[in-house]
Amino acid sequence: MLIKRASDIASSEITSEGLYHNRREFIKTASAAVAAAATGMLLPACTEAAVPQLPGKQLGKYDTNEKMSPYEDVTTYNNFYEFGTGKDEPAKLSRNFKPLPWTVAVEGMVKKPAVYSYEDLIKGLTMEDRIYRMRCVEAWSMVIPWLGFPLADLIKKLEPLPSAKYVEFTTLNAPDRMPGQKPSFFGGGLKWPYVEGLRMDEATNPLTILATGLYGKALPNQNGAPIRLVTPWKYGFKGIKSIVKIRFVDKEPVNTWKLTGPSEYGFYANVNPTVDHPRWSQATERRLGEFFRRKTLMFNGYTEQVAQMYSGLDLRKNY
Amino acid sequence: MVCLGPLAWLIWAAFTDNLSANPIDDITDTTGRWTLRFLLITLSITPLRKITGWTSLIRFRRMLGLFAFFHSILHFTTWILLDKFFDIDEMVKDVALRPFITAGFTAFVLMIPLAVTSTKKWISRLGGRRWQALHRLIYVSAIGGVLHYTWLVKLDWTYPFQYAAVLAVLLGYRIWTAFQSRLASNNRGALREHL
Repeated sequence: MLIKRASDIASSEITSEGLYHNRREFIKTASAAVAAAATGMLLPACTEAAVPQLPGKQLGKYDTNEKMSPYEDVTTYNNFYEFGTGKDEPAKLSRNFKPLPWTVAVEGMVKKPAVYSYEDLIKGLTMEDRIYRMRCVEAWSMVIPWLGFPLADLIKKLEPLPSAKYVEFTTLNAPDRMPGQKPSFFGGGLKWPYVEGLRMDEATNPLTILATGLYGKALPNQNGAPIRLVTPWKYGFKGIKSIVKIRFVDKEPVNTWKLTGPSEYGFYANVNPTVDHPRWSQATERRLGEFFRRKTLMFNGYTEQVAQMYSGLDLRKNY
Repeated sequence: MVCLGPLAWLIWAAFTDNLSANPIDDITDTTGRWTLRFLLITLSITPLRKITGWTSLIRFRRMLGLFAFFHSILHFTTWILLDKFFDIDEMVKDVALRPFITAGFTAFVLMIPLAVTSTKKWISRLGGRRWQALHRLIYVSAIGGVLHYTWLVKLDWTYPFQYAAVLAVLLGYRIWTAFQSRLASNNRGALREHL
C-alpha cells in the first residue's frame, strides 16, 4: 500500500524535472522569438521558432525513419470524443483542461494496489523518444515522435499476480471537464468512461509504451494528457488517453468501441490490410500530408516485433 | 452567385491553409454536404410555394437543382481524382461492395438524366407529365444521399439525422398532400354516384 504522509508537500505540487526543463526551454524559445522579432525578422520565422523540434537524436531500435508528421497536424487533427467528435474539436475544447494534479488508481490482481499521484507512478522510469507510425481505423495515418516509457517497466514495478492475464485501462470520466461526455441530444455516442485493454503479453511487448509527451514536450491535452497508451501495431483507438485507472484482471476486458459496435470493432484491433472494416476498406491509407494513398502494412509494419503473439489466432475472427 | 459561396470558401481555405491536416477529406465533406443541402432546398420549393402562395419561387427550382448536381460532380470528381486517383479496380469494388458508396453512386447517377432534361426544350420533347414523372427521381437521389451520409459516419449520427429529418418532412408533406387530393377526388366520385 502507498502510505501518504500529511506533512509532505503533495508531490503533484512539485514541478517535475521534465516540466522544469520544458519551462527553461520555453523561456529560451520565447526570448529567441522576441529577439528575432526585435531584430526585424519576419513573422513566419517567429511562429516556426515556437514549434517544438525534436533535438537531433539517433534513431532507436524501434523508431521509423519516415518523415514525422508536423507538430501542428499531430495536435490539431485528433480523435478524442471526450472533447467532441470533430477532428478539430479536441484541440479547441480542451484548452482549459488542467491535467495536473492527476492520479492513477492501480487495482485488481496486483501486489501493490494503490492510488498513485502521476509523479509517483512514473518515478524511476526511464523516458525515451519513440518515433512510431499511427494508423487510424478511419484509414488515415501519421508518424509521431512520442515521449514515454515501456509499459513493461511500469508493470514490473507494480508486480501483478500470476493470475492476471489482461490489463484494463480507463479514461477520466468528468463531463464538467470533458464537454464531449455530456449526453447528446440525439442520444447514441460512446458509453463513458472509455475503456481499453491488452493481453498481458501485448502489454509487456517492448513496443507498447505509456506516453507522457510528444516532440520531446509534455503531452498536449488533445493528445491525452497527462498519460496515454501507445500500441503502434494496433488501430489508433486502442491508444486510450488520459488514463485514470489501470486494473489487472483475468478476463478479457470489454473495450469501448467493441461494446459500441461489436461487428465493426474487436478487442485486438490489429492493423490488418486483409481484414476490412465492414463498411470500408483497410487495404490503403492516407498518410496526412501526402497526395496519394499508400498501402497499409500488416501490423502497421511491426510484424517482426508482434506477429509471434498471434500465431494460431484467426485474425479474421479476432479483428 | 450566392450558390457559389461554398466553392469560393473552399478555394480560399485551400489557398490560405485553412483546411485541416486532411484537406482531401475536407473537400469531400464540404462538396458532399452542399450537394445534400441543395437537394433539400430544391425539394422545399414546391411545399413553400403551395403554403405561401408565392408562385414565382418555381423560377429558382431548376437553378437550385443544377447547383445540387454541380456540387455532386465536384464531390464525385474529388473521389475519383484525389481519393482513388483513377484506380478503376478499387472504384468498381467500392461501388459494388460498400453500401454507403453504392447509395451515393446511385444518387449521383440518377441526377444525370435530370440535369440533362432540365431545359425547356426537353420538357416539351417529353411532355409535361412524363417529364414530371422522370424528375420524381430526385426523391430517390435525396434518400440515397442521406443514406450515403448515415452509413459512412463512425458514430456521430447527429448531422446525418438532421438531414434525414428535413427530408422526412419534405417527403412527408408530399405524401400527405397526395393523400389529401386522392381523398378529395374520391369524395367527388362518391358525390357523383349519389347524384
